[in-house]
Amino acid sequence: MEQVLNQNVIDAVDLKHKKHIRILIITGFVFLVYLIGSILHFDLPNLAKKWNKDRASMFMLDIYAHKDHIKMNWKDTQKIDVRFEGGHRHVYKDDPTWLIRNKNNQSTIVNFDNGGQFVFFPNRVEMRNFPNINEPFIFKLNKNGKPYVDGYVGKESMLPSWMRATENKVEVRPSLYERLQVYGSKVEVHRYELGWKYFWFDFDSPLVGKGFLDAISLMFNEDRVDPKISNFNLVVNEFLENEIWHHNTVLFAMVETLLMAILGTLIASMVGLPLAFLAAYNVTPLSSIRFFLRRLFDMLRGIDMLIWSLIFLRAFGPGLFTGIFAIAFTDTGTLGKLMSEAIENTDKKDKEGIQSTGANKVLQHRFGIIPQILPIFISQSLYYLESNTRAAVIIGAMGAGGIGLHFLGALMTGNDFENVAYMAILVLIAVMCIDTMSAKLRRLLIGIEDKK
Amino acid sequence: MYSDNILGFETIEKNLKAMAFKRLIYSFISILAILFLLSSGLTIAEENNAGSFQRGLSKFFDYPVDLFKEAFESGWRWYAYVFKYLPDLISTINMAFFSTLFGAIFALLLSLFASKNLIKNQYIVTLSRRTMDILRSFPELVIAMIFLYLMGKSELPAVIAIVIHTAGALGKLFSEAIENADNKPIEGLQSCGASWWQRVRFAVIPQVVPLFISYTLLRLEINVRASTILGFVGAGGIGEALSAVIQFRYGDEIIAIMFLLVITIISLDYFSRFLRGRLIGDNK
Repeated sequence: MEQVLNQNVIDAVDLKHKKHIRILIITGFVFLVYLIGSILHFDLPNLAKKWNKDRASMFMLDIYAHKDHIKMNWKDTQKIDVRFEGGHRHVYKDDPTWLIRNKNNQSTIVNFDNGGQFVFFPNRVEMRNFPNINEPFIFKLNKNGKPYVDGYVGKESMLPSWMRATENKVEVRPSLYERLQVYGSKVEVHRYELGWKYFWFDFDSPLVGKGFLDAISLMFNEDRVDPKISNFNLVVNEFLENEIWHHNTVLFAMVETLLMAILGTLIASMVGLPLAFLAAYNVTPLSSIRFFLRRLFDMLRGIDMLIWSLIFLRAFGPGLFTGIFAIAFTDTGTLGKLMSEAIENTDKKDKEGIQSTGANKVLQHRFGIIPQILPIFISQSLYYLESNTRAAVIIGAMGAGGIGLHFLGALMTGNDFENVAYMAILVLIAVMCIDTMSAKLRRLLIGIEDKK
Repeated sequence: MYSDNILGFETIEKNLKAMAFKRLIYSFISILAILFLLSSGLTIAEENNAGSFQRGLSKFFDYPVDLFKEAFESGWRWYAYVFKYLPDLISTINMAFFSTLFGAIFALLLSLFASKNLIKNQYIVTLSRRTMDILRSFPELVIAMIFLYLMGKSELPAVIAIVIHTAGALGKLFSEAIENADNKPIEGLQSCGASWWQRVRFAVIPQVVPLFISYTLLRLEINVRASTILGFVGAGGIGEALSAVIQFRYGDEIIAIMFLLVITIISLDYFSRFLRGRLIGDNK
């Protein structure tokens, strides 16, 4: 008899298991079809084709290297200037060591680290000594003022793959780090070097060329570089007023973004907690107030942060207030809802114990409810602070200001990728700092709560 | 004996009071710090904002009122707008759904390597955890903007950005769920002689799958919002439509799109809460 019963149980379990498996297979199949369809829809197989290789390589190169532009005008071949990143105001006053001007035959040599040379003559440009390139290429202008490669007129298809000759332009790129462009009006050489040059101090600064450690030791040096102000102030000023990296603006924008996140979360938690009490049935007996607050929370939460920030952008204009209030409004809804549920879930006994001592309502809530919800409240607020740091960057990019807007601006110019990378790294550091800090704070504060 | 007790109570009371005093001081200091942060932050905000706070406050309702007025004036045509933008909305939701699913698959793979109770090699665990931290730390927008620049305008950059962020965020939650799984069912099955696969199938998966699905649903909700925002900066879908009508100042259409978005978010919120409630048995 027992054996039969067991067999029945086993059969029932088996049947249920089989049913589950069948449902699972069907769901899995549906998801698989959806995944394949979507992969085709979003064109994932053509990922490599969509990738703009030129842009990507320029982007990567710009992130870890910088370049100097050497420019010669065909009309005035002796006036050759060297500019940092081609900037209008960043002309080198003294020639760098890799640039040699030869007065005798009026030539100018641009040396590269691999031994290669571009040599400017009044009537031609020569390319010499590049590794693995045996032929010395010569670039000239024809009678119509168009550039051409000497010996390859009409045979452009014979040119090596790293050289491209069109009617108005000859482009030469022996490797990623050297580039020559010959136009009808000018010749331009880009010479790449690794690293972020002038990151600490810019071109016109008296401290140019000093590294981070040099600057720190200079700060505490008594001998003044500039007799008017102390070294400490000088170093800080010169660093912040860097015209290439804009530390001043970028760092302030980062502070703005962090302020948006912190103040927004702070306001949300300060407004959200009292409202949560009013929306909890074990605190507020009036159901109409509760209903009203519940719908208010739903509305604040349901209208997305994007929409709030658009509305506030109209009212307050671009700036901190827009970010702060967009975050505060959305999260008042979320925190209010979460906390009112936490309050309703509190243990009744604590409150009854306080009540039995004859304490009034306020004291009952203070000692009967708050100690129970405080850990949840703190940890939730800190979680929202973390996610809001990211959100503040995003709202900023949509017009509220801060680092997000600067990031978008730098990306849109299309050539300041080192600034894009700098800001991305700054955001990464800030987000990670906030994450670590909030984790520490959570452990500290809730740890204290536990010990009591 | 009796006096000892009295002394004991006195000491306890003294210690208690000292502790209460210390807590009071701590609370006081933190309240001061918060107030200082609030006031100085708001001062900085007031100084650097384009418009002042008071003027902004008085203008706060102008924009929504204008929008609603325009929507009201357009009458029955307004409902047509709602349907006009429905395909865009579906494309945004699809983008979010696909990225969530794809990100969840990556997260699952990553989380397996980031769980201490599955992988004994400490270095692999640390490495995959740090990877997830970095994936999670970039805001979607930063990745999406860079990819948008490199790949041209399409939905793909946004999908990649959301997948990266989702993989990091969900991976962490998944690995925590795996690590917190109760060991007793596994041991119970082992004692009956169950194989490795049977132990995973009947002891581990039933514990973690409801949590996984619930976290993924929560992510889906977040990702719908995120893909709207990414659309706003050029990734297509309803966000791009919203950005366009805001530039043209079509108040009625702005309201139509906002209405669609709010409805979507609220219904998604209820739907995912309902599903999560059924899965993990709490109705929060």
